[in-house]
Order: sequence, then C-alpha cells, then structure tokens
Amino acid sequence: MKVLGKPRRRVDGRAKVTGQTRFADDIVLPRMLHMRLLRSPHPHALIESVDFSKAASLPGVHLVLTGKDFPVTFGILPVSQDEYPLAPEHVRYVGDPVAAVIAKDEQTAAEALDLIEVRYKTLATIGSPEEALQHAEPRIHAYSELGNIHRLQAFEFGDVEESLKKADLVFEDLFFYEGNTHLPIEQHAAVAAVDGEGKLTLWSSTQVPHYVHRSLARVLQMPAAHIRVIACPNGGGFGGKCDVCNHEMVVAKAAVLLGRPVKVCLNREEVFYMHRGRHPVLMKFRTGVTQDGKLTGMHLQTLLDGGGYGGYGAASTFYTGALQTVTYELPRYKFDAARVFTNKPPCGPKRGHGTPQPRFGQEVQLDKIAEKLNLDPADLRLKNVLKANSLTANWLKIGSIGLAECIRQVVSRSDWRGRFRQLPFGKGIGLACASYLCGAGLPIYWNKMPQSGVQLLVDRSGQVTAFCGATEIGQGSDDVLAAIIAEVLGIDPFDIRCVTGDTGMTPVDLGSYSSRVTVMMGNAAIQAAEKVKAQIAAAAAEQLGVSPERLAFANGRVSFDHHTLTFAEAAGFAEEKFGTIGAVGSYKPPRAPGRYKGAGVGPSPAYSYTACVVEAEVDPATGWITVPKVWIAHDIGRTINPVLARGQVEGSVYMGLSEALMEEQVFRRLPPKLSGALVHKIPSLLEYKSLTSLDMPEVDTVLIEDPDPNCPFGAKEVGQGPLLPVMPAVANAIYDAVGVRIDELPITPDKVLRALEAKAAGKEARVGPSSFPSVPYPEPVVVLPPWEGGDGNAIAGAEKTKLKVPAS
Amino acid sequence: MRRQLQLGLTVNGEPAEVCFAPYKTLLEVLREDLGLTGTKHGCELGECGACAVLIDGEPKLSCLVLAIECAGRSVETVEGLARGAKLHPLQTAFADLGAAQCGYCTPGILMTAKALLAKESRPSRERIREAISGNLCRCTGYQQIYEAIEAAAEELSDESPR
Repeated sequence: MKVLGKPRRRVDGRAKVTGQTRFADDIVLPRMLHMRLLRSPHPHALIESVDFSKAASLPGVHLVLTGKDFPVTFGILPVSQDEYPLAPEHVRYVGDPVAAVIAKDEQTAAEALDLIEVRYKTLATIGSPEEALQHAEPRIHAYSELGNIHRLQAFEFGDVEESLKKADLVFEDLFFYEGNTHLPIEQHAAVAAVDGEGKLTLWSSTQVPHYVHRSLARVLQMPAAHIRVIACPNGGGFGGKCDVCNHEMVVAKAAVLLGRPVKVCLNREEVFYMHRGRHPVLMKFRTGVTQDGKLTGMHLQTLLDGGGYGGYGAASTFYTGALQTVTYELPRYKFDAARVFTNKPPCGPKRGHGTPQPRFGQEVQLDKIAEKLNLDPADLRLKNVLKANSLTANWLKIGSIGLAECIRQVVSRSDWRGRFRQLPFGKGIGLACASYLCGAGLPIYWNKMPQSGVQLLVDRSGQVTAFCGATEIGQGSDDVLAAIIAEVLGIDPFDIRCVTGDTGMTPVDLGSYSSRVTVMMGNAAIQAAEKVKAQIAAAAAEQLGVSPERLAFANGRVSFDHHTLTFAEAAGFAEEKFGTIGAVGSYKPPRAPGRYKGAGVGPSPAYSYTACVVEAEVDPATGWITVPKVWIAHDIGRTINPVLARGQVEGSVYMGLSEALMEEQVFRRLPPKLSGALVHKIPSLLEYKSLTSLDMPEVDTVLIEDPDPNCPFGAKEVGQGPLLPVMPAVANAIYDAVGVRIDELPITPDKVLRALEAKAAGKEARVGPSSFPSVPYPEPVVVLPPWEGGDGNAIAGAEKTKLKVPAS
Repeated sequence: MRRQLQLGLTVNGEPAEVCFAPYKTLLEVLREDLGLTGTKHGCELGECGACAVLIDGEPKLSCLVLAIECAGRSVETVEGLARGAKLHPLQTAFADLGAAQCGYCTPGILMTAKALLAKESRPSRERIREAISGNLCRCTGYQQIYEAIEAAAEELSDESPR
C-alpha cells in the first residue's frame, strides 16, 4: 500500500483550519432574501385560521407562505409521506412549522412572524408510548397501523419458546434508553436560488442531497431535471441531517416564487425541534443460555416513542431488532417491535440508527448472565463470537469478523484480568462489544440502480478530478475518495480534486448514512480508477515498449524498471491514443439471502466489530460518576487514513459516554391551567447536557484489520460502530464499582444514588423499567434459520393478520 | 428605516470601517458586514464557543458582544491566523493531526488556543482541557485537539522569539 494506512492530513484539512470551508450558512448571494419559520406553540392542535395580512404589509417583507401553498406531502421513506412543508391544518409537536416569512433580512422576517395570527383548536396530547397504546384518539396520523401505533412488526426465526424451555437458564430483563439528539454544532441552513435558465439550485447542510432532490421534485411539482441540490460540507451530521427538512422545501419554493435567492438558517432552539434523534426505546429481553454459557435463543420486544411524524421511523423500528444476531451465535431469535406516534419532535436516525438501544440491553444482560454463570464477561463473549463467513438466524450474511481479536486487545491493554471484580468499592471496570453495518443493503426507495457512482476525469496536466454524490459531513468521505483513487493510480491524494455531493454535477450516491460511504463509494472509485489505469497503462506501455501488466503506478510515475514516465506524461499519451480520458464506476451491494418480507433491513456488504472496556469511579455518597479511561478496539477491515479512523473511534467514545452519562431529550407536562400540554424541557445547548473537554477521559484506541472481501481494499466502516459498546460498558463498569444495576440511560448520579439506597435497604439494587406494557404485536412472520432447513422465505405470517383497534 | 451605525476598528491587523444595524452582534457584523464567514455560530447564546474570536488578544464569544462595543478595538479571527500562504503552527497541527473533523468548531478552538499559547508557551494537558472547555466539539472526542495544541506549542517555542 502506497497511500492507505499511512497517517496523513486529510485532503480538505487546509480549508477547515483556515475558515475557508464553505458551510451552507456561509453562502451569500446577490439580492439574497432571508426566511424565518413560524412554529406551532402547541404540541397537538388543529389550525382554524391563519391571518398574515399584517405580516405581509410590514415594510421589507416580500412573501408569506402557509400550508395552503404546499398541497403535497413528503417524507424520507416511501411508506411515510406524512409531512407537509408547512402544516395546513394539523400540528403534531411544539415546533411544527406553520408559516414562513421571507424578508430583506432575518430581523424583519422575525418581526413579521410576530404579526401572524394563527387560531388553534388544541387537542389532547399523546405524551408517551403508554398513552399512545391506550388512546387511539385523538389520532396523530390517520395512516398509522393501529390507533396511534405507527408500526407493528414481528418476526420469528425458529421456535424460540422451545429453545427457552430447553435452556438451562432464562434471563428476562427490561431496559430503557432515553431519547437524545445529535447536536451538530452547525445549525441546519439552506440557500435556494433560481439560475439564469430558470432552474433551481438548493445548497443545504444535508447528508442526503439525492433524497432532498427527489423530495423537492415531488413537493414543488417540478421536473427533477430542473433541480440541483448541493450538499455543503456539514458542520457535523450524526444522522441529524439525514432527513428531508421542512425548511429545505419552503426556502426552495420561496426562491422559485420570488426569483431571488433566499436563505434560511435554523436557530439552536429550532434544531432541537427538527430533531430526528435517537428514539426512546423500552425493551424486554428473554434470553436462554446453557450452563456453560452458550446462547440458545432470544426473544426481544421493543417499543419506540416515535414523536410526531414517520421520518425514518419504520426503518428505525426494524433496526431495533435486525442486528441482535450479527455479533454472537444465536440459534433462534424472535423479535417484536412497535413504534408509536406521540406529540413530540419526530425521532429518527442518530449514529447507530436504532441499534444502540438494543445493544445496550443485550450487552448489559450478557454481563448479568456472566455473573450468574460465574464466567468472566470477556470469556462469555469469546465463547459466543460469531464465525466469519456465516449466516445468522435472520439470514444476514457475515463476512470478516475481527471481534475476538478486539476483545483480546482491550482485555490485555486494560489489565482486565487483574482488575475485574478486584477493584476497591467505588471503582469498577466494564466490558461490552458491538457490531454495525457497512452500508444498508437496500436503498430507501425500491430500485435496482447503483447506490454509488464515481466519475473520473484525467488529462495531460496529470490532474485527476473525481465526481461523486457522496457527502462530506466531517467524517472524511472526500479523503476516502481521494485516497482510494490515489492508491490505484499511484499518485498523491492531494493531486486529486474531489467534486462531491452535487446532484447536478456528480453521479448519484445515496448519502452519508448507514456507514455506507467507504464501502459503496470506495468500490465505485476502484472500478472507475482501474478503467482509467488500464487506458493509461496501454498507452504508456506502447511508449515504453513493455507490456501494460508489467507497469507499476507509484509515486506519480508509470514505470517498468528504469523506463519511466510521469503520470502526466502517461495521461497525455493515453489522451493521444484514446481521446479524452474518463471513466465511471458504480456499486450495488450483493443481494442478501433473506427472502421474507422485512428482510430488507439488516443486510450489509460487511459488518464492523468493536470491543470496549470502560473504567468508572462512583462516589457512593453522591452517585457522581467519573470515567478515567476507555480502551477500545475496532475491526475496521483496513485503515485508509489512521488519523481520521482514530478520530472517528474517539469521537464515537465521546458521543457514547455523553449518551451514557447525561444526554437526554426530555419533555414535561405543563400544569392543567396552562393547557396540560407537553413541552420540550431543554431546547438549548446549555440545558441539554453533553460532555465537555473537562469530562472526556483518556482513550486507548486500537484498530484491528480483518479485511472484508466485499470492501474496498478490505476497508469497513468506522463512523458508527465504535459508539455502540460504550454505553453498556459504562453500565457494566458502574455495577463492578458499586454493585448496582442501572438498566436505563442516561445513568445519572441521582439514579445511582437511588439504587444504592435501595441496596442499603435490602431491596433490589437496580434502577430501570419495572414493567412492559401490553402491546398488540401481530402474529410473527415465521422464517426457519439456515440450519433448520429454511431457504430464507417465510413459512407463515407473510400476510399481516387483521389488526383490531383496542377499546380505549 | 433603522439607522445604520458606522464604526472603525482593527480586524486582523487592518483598519476597517463598517456600517451596520445597531442591534447586531460582533459575530453578525463579522460574518454579514465584513464578509469574514470563517467565524461560526452554533447557538447565538454563548453556549458552544464556535464564535470565539480575540478582542485585544483576549478570547471572547462574539455572539455575546455587540459590535458597537468594538469601536477602536482590535479583533482577530481565523482568517488572520495564516501569514500569506504560510499556516500558523496551530493550523498546521490541527490539519495534520486530525484536530479538525467537520471543521465547524475549529475556528473558535484555534482562536481560544492561540490566546492560551500567548499566555503560556507550554501549557499542560490539564490547562489545555480547561482552556477549551467552553468550546464544544461533537466530532473528535478532543484527544487529537489536545495533541495538536501541544504540537503547535512545541513548534512555537522552538521558533526564535518574535
């Protein structure tokens, strides 16, 4: 390897340290106007009337838009087209956009918002999953599956009840994972403009320009060919800019109507309302084990609080169950899930999308199992680690798996064997593992087209320009693109220009989500680069009088022995021989073996693996928790740029600790005389607690390289997987420190103290959910695991049984 | 119509005259009226540190400073760090060592770090943690930021005093 694996400045590094990276809100266009949105102050209400006459006549106001201007809905998933850019008649959370003012400056637009008179008829709020289950009315969405239950799913892979009956021990545990939000430091911004040909361009802080493009065409009823969406580098995404946003639709419409550029930038409070963050999830695990610690079967039930709209929710719901099988051998598995609508900002995908919640439960439960069986938790995991190149009970195809080595690394580096259960009271150490997708196997709308495309332009100057729709959100996708092409062509990554995330200029890439970019874009880039290389090699070989396959591409030269050309000279000869040089590459994941309805969520070209050890100190007098050190090992397949890879791992540890210890998106109910409605408790950066530099411990990071044949040079993901084991490792460390189980996140000092008090009083030393409500899960889709004679098809329950509305 | 104010100040070592609406913060005037978009905003309430600049050498949150307070003062932003094409040692270290991921908090942290190194040429890890504790970074987990500041401190103290 000439480029890959060597520590290197990222190709866009200079722009980031000079302030030259142009984020969406940094764009200023001549004649640009500014937009502000009026948002609902009620969590649940019907709009009776909107009078904007005073606002429209305020000097400096150019346009006021309301729900009447947007008859067409949108939504990221084809099954959830349930949002209007501006709500026409029904608002579903505090912050639901109702009207927009476009004015000469932000201040004037904000003043005009105050002049809009909206009459609301408030409705009772549905504040929690329990309320949603009990009350089918008032209905938040007419299209939900059952009352206020948005989605219901159930799958059974083998007879789990039988395997639990035959198990030596069955563990039943409840867990709760509170919702939290992405908190990118960049607030969402977008600028829309109509160009000289009458075509629309939208610059936006989005992770998914392709999906925004499709939604704009639908909402504005414009030909998609007349729309161009440019994803500006995101100032942090973490999934928070994965959804199509109201303000993107509205600002585009305003620019089309006014024929002038229009900008919108959400303020921090609005970013909290936009949300699409981590779903609060209640979970029930029933897991069977043998006396020697082999898992026999698992039945997982999840209940997700979805907030006011669908968004990615149907997929999030699947993800709370789809990946429980990809870490450890699990002969049989059953999974029931439900997502409810509530009158809160919509939840969606945050780093790990739907999987951190059940991962937390699974890994804490394994800690409990290990203790009961008197096994070391590391040994219990090593005993159960899935084998490479295997199928899971739910028909996922696993390739390389470096988890055992990850476990061995963190165990040895943390002196686990010498410390676990041996530290003084108040100090503890905990271990957990995880795995994650390297790209979702299917696109979010059904099609058989490539999921990523790369186009290369090479000319006699020696410059290489790479075009790809992938979106730079800070993770380093441009650097991955340049590095892979540089590796193939034997040139310096800094000699490559990356043009990315522009639906008018670049081949389609579905976006920066599901950790898909390295694998999908990377494979497309290799294909394109190999085609260009073959042309250059053919021309260079002719010049040097050797056969093309004997040529080496390295250090900016094309050579055989002492016969050598510069890359630019060789490119020139290729231009002479073939005409203008360019090539395209594209990638589509392999078809997954599962054939049942619902098998589309979970498959991935490869899976990454992580093991983590957390050291915790708990003050028994106050419950205060400090984390002095974290050890983490991540199976990345192959490292493209170790500087960036390490940054992704440590950033994941940071975010994981922050979720484990403090982050929570919570709401409170106003007293009845103040409407009794639900309001957001903390829509500000000050009140929404997150880790600062003072709270961040030392991190010992190890990258394990177990290359996967489906991945470019074997490289797997690193952006999301390393977050997953952190939260359960914290919980397990706290148990080791003070002997209390906190089965819900975040783990705050008050919960630790409550558990310690319970322990002292001789009660169960635990804080966590105590019951799981009755959820009308449907009859499961039954699929036999591969080792029980299944073929990947459902044998029963493929058609959903008719659901009955519960009496309320 | 609102009256515009006219104000003279020094920005990145150059005298600047600027007209702006009197309600504007220094952050808004830098970004909107002086075209210096390198300074970022993340909350407009002094919570995130993205908008940190140096005013007369001291790190300040420009979202909490009214521009009108800056008459005659010297303001330094990320755009003023490099000397021509030559990056400041902090910029070089941040770029090389992974201290900037998405790059959005980076300008604020660079300015905060510059103020720290002006006071203490070789700060300890603890001092660095403390100095940037008002700057939220959601990407890096801070380790590579500490290392970059330490590398820049070393580089700067190796240079002959200026």
